[in-house]
Amino acid sequence: MVPLTAITMAPLDTEALVGALDTTGIGAVTTFIGLVRGHNLGRRVLHLEYEAYEALAVKGLDRIVSESLEKWPSVRVAIHHRIGRMEIGEASVAIAAASPHRADAFAASRYAIERIKQIVPIWKHEYFEGGDVWIEGATADPDNAEARAQALKIACA
Amino acid sequence: MRVTVRLFARLRDIAGTGELERDAPDGATVGAVWASLVAEYPALSPYEKSISCAVNADYSRFTSAVADGDEIAFLPPVSGG
Repeated sequence: MVPLTAITMAPLDTEALVGALDTTGIGAVTTFIGLVRGHNLGRRVLHLEYEAYEALAVKGLDRIVSESLEKWPSVRVAIHHRIGRMEIGEASVAIAAASPHRADAFAASRYAIERIKQIVPIWKHEYFEGGDVWIEGATADPDNAEARAQALKIACA
Repeated sequence: MRVTVRLFARLRDIAGTGELERDAPDGATVGAVWASLVAEYPALSPYEKSISCAVNADYSRFTSAVADGDEIAFLPPVSGG
């Protein structure tokens, strides 16, 4: 059985992710797939290596699913994030959201990706032409209400 | 008491290892464990303002007390997605 949340070394399977959702009474499913981009900050990217604190990262994804349910009680969300080495164009994260109506599915999906970038302990190591660098984004603090409000605002824009 | 320290991403690179065992005095806080690491690896110091910490795979605070056998993790700013 496919879990609703996972950190995995394996290539992501979006169909399996959608299959993890209970689609009883559902009228819309959205999928979001984040891909490894070939350019970042003017650099030509060669490949990425993702690292996670897995035990806490899975809890972070579970937390995002719970937060989504709090905000959109009829939406079901599943999130898988891949770690390890990924080439340009490969999927690093997949989010599926199922809802009776499309608006909530889109919003919950957007909320989930924004929250992943805020609170889930995963790091990108970018290998680019001429060097490599750890990408550092947000200081993770799940209790930061301001960050959560910001993610909601983006999701509902 | 003895605790396990986990370091990730750039912090792991700086220390040259992702996992260390450390002795800590009874009543020590997460912050005290961090301070002992910085004493050993001064290049970690600039991260003090931007890292998060976790105890036994739950987010925690620098002021939290640690217990014997705890796993203390220090996390640089995250960049998943």
